[in-house]
Amino acid sequence: MSADPWTWIAAILTLAIFSFLYKENPFYRFAEHLFVGVANGYAITFYWHRVLVPSLINPVSHGQKLWLIAIAIIGALYFTRFIPKVSWLVRIPIAVVLGYFSGAYIPRAIDAQILQQLRATIVTRSMFANWQSGLWAVIIALGVIATITYFFFSAKRKGILKPVSRIGIIFIMVGFGASFGYTVMARISLLIGRLQFLLGDWLGLIH
Amino acid sequence: MTLSLSLIFLLSSLSPPTDVIARDKPNDSGGAILLTWTRSSDTTVVSYRVLRQTEGKATWDTVGLAGRLANRFTDDEVQDGIRYRYQILTVSETETAESAPSEYTVCSPQWFNFDRMPAVIGTIIFTCLIVFFIGRAKRNIKLFIRRIAGLDAVEEALGRATEMGRGILYVPGLSSIDDVATIASMNILGEVAKKTAKFGTPLIVPLRDPIVYTVAREVVKESYTAAGRADAFNQDMVFYVTDQQFAFAAAVDGIMVREKPATNFFIGMFWAESLILAETGATTGAIQIAGTDAVSQLPFFITACDYTLIGEELYAASAYLSREPLLLGAIKGQDYSKLLILVLIVVSTILALTANLPVQNIF
Repeated sequence: MSADPWTWIAAILTLAIFSFLYKENPFYRFAEHLFVGVANGYAITFYWHRVLVPSLINPVSHGQKLWLIAIAIIGALYFTRFIPKVSWLVRIPIAVVLGYFSGAYIPRAIDAQILQQLRATIVTRSMFANWQSGLWAVIIALGVIATITYFFFSAKRKGILKPVSRIGIIFIMVGFGASFGYTVMARISLLIGRLQFLLGDWLGLIH
Repeated sequence: MTLSLSLIFLLSSLSPPTDVIARDKPNDSGGAILLTWTRSSDTTVVSYRVLRQTEGKATWDTVGLAGRLANRFTDDEVQDGIRYRYQILTVSETETAESAPSEYTVCSPQWFNFDRMPAVIGTIIFTCLIVFFIGRAKRNIKLFIRRIAGLDAVEEALGRATEMGRGILYVPGLSSIDDVATIASMNILGEVAKKTAKFGTPLIVPLRDPIVYTVAREVVKESYTAAGRADAFNQDMVFYVTDQQFAFAAAVDGIMVREKPATNFFIGMFWAESLILAETGATTGAIQIAGTDAVSQLPFFITACDYTLIGEELYAASAYLSREPLLLGAIKGQDYSKLLILVLIVVSTILALTANLPVQNIF
């Protein structure tokens, strides 16, 4: 059994969270509130020491990157949310963030998520070097066409759209099933890690 | 002297590379020079060594090695505006042979990356389609969007909560305001808030991001005002919890179990906490409606929720419910963009298979 008090604290809090599996109780509630409080405190400290001080305060205090002051003022406008008379100013930093990320993200998204995918979907003669790769190339192309048809909202699902959409949702669900199985496997391994901590590091029952 | 040189050539059998050309690497942000050369015809070549000389200096520095089959090299340790020239050494087991130096060259950044031209054309086409349909929507020309199955469930879920006298929990995802799914979620939150204002149903909106919290509070407040129930708006309806992912999930789980809302909405961007939230909500007996474009989390919502808006159905739902011209136009523009993509796939495949054209290089 461990003599380290932090291991005991971690183990007790782990069991308090696990107690939720039975039903909500004061131990879980205490652990939940402690988690939220510590997370917020840690986040504030982290952002101050790892983001604001090295990225803003240090350069500006040494006379470098003085343009950051303007950026910091725009960011500080978020706090006007708490002053009713000027709370409309909060829209300025929101607009800057939305505009910047939209402008930066859209061309990259079109290139990576549309054009590259489109290029990979086109079936070419070289894909039939062996029959398996050719077959998969055809299946992928049909799956992409059917899936895109499923997400077409400008027409009712009648006529040819209905069976093609049906094929599309089957492709989608097969993909989701595979993703589900893979992720459950990963979650079980996380549980195994926690159990190893409780039985090994804390209680010393396994090595 | 000539005899000595002749003797040297006779003794050294290794031939150097020829036609060494150094030029500014195109379509980059500067700081790189591209070298090309014609390989040595010698079969004993092991590798090529790249040497660089800065103008005004006498020394040659080794900047890298290239394999024996290589005929190009990128030197990305140069500074813009400074003139450099290069030599390529052929290296064998026993000897080396140096090429004639290249001309001096200087690197600089380019304003435009022509390799990304297909992305530019795609952006222009998609933007034009969206702007066109937004214009039509603003002129009140009816734009058809088919009804999505999950939307009927929204009405049913709101009615159920009102009948049971219990609240509605709305989680707008865990992402920031610049995420498209969060923006779509805010639109749907606005419509849900109008209904809760009208029926007097308690609304609980926990948030992870402080900026999304400010936006969500404004959205709910405006919805209550639009529904004529500004007095019913309570600032504590919309609250910030924490920005730590699993602390947020633990807090929302606690809210679900203690407050026992009749309906849970999980609309927005989610990550690994999705199953934790959805499974806990299912144990409380709440009707659950989810909507996300996170492909990896959709399986969990589909398993644990009553209705799920998959991917783009979330954006279409937000447009359908709000009937905002901007959103309607965007959905129609996206639909026709998808149609264009479908046509391109089919036409390109036909051309590639029948005429063996390298059409995929266009994209």
